[in-house]
Amino acid sequence: MEAMSISDTAAEAARGLGVKAEKPAGGVHLTAWTERGDATARRFFTATALISLVIMTLIMIFLFQEGLGLFKTYSITDFLFTNEWYPTDEANPAYGILALIMGSIMVTLLSSLIAIPLGVGSALYLSAVARPRVREWVKPGIELLASLPSVVLGFVGMIVIAPFMQKVLDIPTGLNILNASFILALMAIPTISSISEDAMYNVPKEWLEASYALGANRWETVWNVWIPGALSGMGTGVVLGMARAMGETMVVLMVAGGAAQIPTSLFQSARPLPATIAAEMGETPVGTEHYFALFAIGIVLFLMTLAFSLLAAYISKRFQMKGSATL
Amino acid sequence: MSNDQAAYTRHLRSRKIKELVAFSLFRLTAVIVIGSLGGIILFLFMQGISAINWTFLTDVPRNAMTQGGIFPAIVGTLLLTAGAMLVALPLGVASAIYLSEYATEGRILTIIRLGIQNLAGVPSVIFGLFGLALFCVFFKFGISVLSGSLTLGFLILPTVISASEEALRQVPATFREASLALGATRWQTIRKVVLPAALPGVLTGSILGVGRAAGETAPIMFTAATFYTLRLPGSPLDEVMALPFHIYVLATAGTHIEQTRPLQYGTVLVLITLVLGMCLSAIIIRARMRRKKRW
Amino acid sequence: MVDSKVPNHREPVLQVEHLNFYYGDFKALKDISMDIQRNLVTAFIGPSGCGKSTFLRLFNRMNDLIPGTRVEGSVLLDGDDLYGQGVDPASIRRRIGMVFQKPNPFPKSIYANVAYGPRLHGIKDRSRLDEVVENALKSAALWNEVADILNQSAMELSGGQQQRLCIARALAMEPEILLMDEPTSALDPIATARIEELVKELKTHYTVVIVTHNMQQAARVSDETAFFYMGELIEMGNTEKLFTRPGKAQTEQYITGRFG
Repeated sequence: MEAMSISDTAAEAARGLGVKAEKPAGGVHLTAWTERGDATARRFFTATALISLVIMTLIMIFLFQEGLGLFKTYSITDFLFTNEWYPTDEANPAYGILALIMGSIMVTLLSSLIAIPLGVGSALYLSAVARPRVREWVKPGIELLASLPSVVLGFVGMIVIAPFMQKVLDIPTGLNILNASFILALMAIPTISSISEDAMYNVPKEWLEASYALGANRWETVWNVWIPGALSGMGTGVVLGMARAMGETMVVLMVAGGAAQIPTSLFQSARPLPATIAAEMGETPVGTEHYFALFAIGIVLFLMTLAFSLLAAYISKRFQMKGSATL
Repeated sequence: MSNDQAAYTRHLRSRKIKELVAFSLFRLTAVIVIGSLGGIILFLFMQGISAINWTFLTDVPRNAMTQGGIFPAIVGTLLLTAGAMLVALPLGVASAIYLSEYATEGRILTIIRLGIQNLAGVPSVIFGLFGLALFCVFFKFGISVLSGSLTLGFLILPTVISASEEALRQVPATFREASLALGATRWQTIRKVVLPAALPGVLTGSILGVGRAAGETAPIMFTAATFYTLRLPGSPLDEVMALPFHIYVLATAGTHIEQTRPLQYGTVLVLITLVLGMCLSAIIIRARMRRKKRW
Repeated sequence: MVDSKVPNHREPVLQVEHLNFYYGDFKALKDISMDIQRNLVTAFIGPSGCGKSTFLRLFNRMNDLIPGTRVEGSVLLDGDDLYGQGVDPASIRRRIGMVFQKPNPFPKSIYANVAYGPRLHGIKDRSRLDEVVENALKSAALWNEVADILNQSAMELSGGQQQRLCIARALAMEPEILLMDEPTSALDPIATARIEELVKELKTHYTVVIVTHNMQQAARVSDETAFFYMGELIEMGNTEKLFTRPGKAQTEQYITGRFG
């Protein structure tokens, strides 16, 4: 066996760099190249992470900078709490977004009513009921649903569901908040489902085994032990699903109808916040009050989704059931 | 049978019935969800397949979009997606490497991670606004492939970072230990052991991110896309047509909405084939990687 | 227990002098001084949590990976302080190898696992690598079982085989010292016996330090044994003597199973 081969190689390499490979009094010092290389790598990766961080703060900075420009010439309370959105009125432009906020809130709530049972239900199906073979293609199926572009779903809502709804329910238009809520629910369901299913998966098996060992059947275990153990994860999933519904643009743009009014029935149109931005930005000259107003709407939307995001993170942390005891 | 036994049997039966009802309900929800997916895809396929032919895919729009093809839109989408990839993948994976391998746990790291998660939830129209303000106006790129790609790239950046970091963290610590114990440096360990082991997960996350970029409309609506250009884009500063935007305009604001309907369906079919194809390949990669006994 | 191959003159390869180790403010290892003799098997024994694994990991500076730790005192390898100024841990680990409690082969081929270390340090020539891999696998008593399947994934080997692979991987670096941290605690009795045999053969060419919670194992394989308790070195000496006529009361209590 070549006894000293590798040590020799290392020593040779070190000698080539002018670093002593013999053992001086101070200690072993075959370090020159590797230390330098590693430090460079570390610096590089730190830099990229900082760049990403900078980018993300830039988004907030620009959003706020342009949006807050509105409030130099228009009052915040009027903006948030009045119901008159007439940005193109030349004499007296009004930027009250109350109707828009209400529109957003209503479609979010309505779509959640549909999405939560379906999303949680399918998560429970996947975790507790489905056979492994079936699970193997149902779970990817739900992920595929998530990947459908919003413009495609909006298209379906507009072209297929709206006329159908109009005919069957005998209403003036099928482009209303009910329709939009159906489609938004389709978008929120995969989020709710996959996060809830992960939560179910992470419940310690020991708890389930204990329940079975006491004579409970599968449903009783699901109801009494499994779901409670996954509750925080499910809550997170629900909140994030709702955030997705609220932030969706193309669906509400194409399906919700576009009337900037507070809807008083399910069959009326509305114009949630994202739809307004998308509909009007294209024709708004840069730097006008209208332009700033649209950015201000962006701020409101951003803050609302941020609130959901933080709520989700809070739920996830706070209600985590402690894991099984470690020996 | 004594009274007790009868009562016990009755109780047992009612417990079984409860289980049956509950599980049937769950099954029903899954059927509804998958059924909706299947129904939509099937419907769109059947409506759109008649419009798909070689001309459709390679010709430019003619006659106010009522005839001809969508080639420029396909090219535009491919360009925008490739551009987004160029921005998001290197930056995202490298940032994920920092977060997973180099950063030390602590307050700052938690805040950074929270920030990334929050950003992943920001609505895409906000990214559109941001792209408009920063790239089109401030940097004066105007409405262009460049602005659109950068906007899309930033849109999917948080997703790529999250997915990659998750994949890296899943690599067991013991592999890193073994590598370091053999005298490797941290970077050598990442390069030779951690990254290769995490690659399928990183790849899956990237594909899903890219698929999302391809299908998004709001971020490109005011930063890159235009309804009709005469030529294909010659430089990154040109505007482009794009599939999602094309669908939107044709269906809502075009001049011949009814007449162009078949082409709308065709464009939709092309777009979902692209996006679902990417999603499917990500799923297959992940399934294959699970099947191989990895660790 | 005492091997006839034990050299008559004892030569310390590692010398620890007044070593203290801190996790933050907690002093986990207290004023330890000892010598590890060349080409002998030294065992560290003691109850759970006594610090023997922590102490072992000081030899290849794996504790550096834990934030907030501090070392006082010196650890001399052939006279050089491993904790001296400017010493690069990676270079130490090329001379002192480690085998872990749970086998941890990389998800790569058997060949790639063993060749990992040599490749890292510049050996690219294929025939030379082949030689190194073969020799390492032979030294780890695994060659006969894997010679034909070198390109197969290491994850498909049994637990005992994986651990011998990890030993081969460490030996491919031709270290002076091989550290083994409870290498058989995750293995079945037959695999354990094979590795104990291997350890006894390895000392012809290497110095082995093995941490074990199994006293019988220490008695079977080691020439020297050190008994740790609550972060202190209680007693160290020739294995046979320590087990039959221990000097300290605590040692005797541990050995006779009164605690631990």
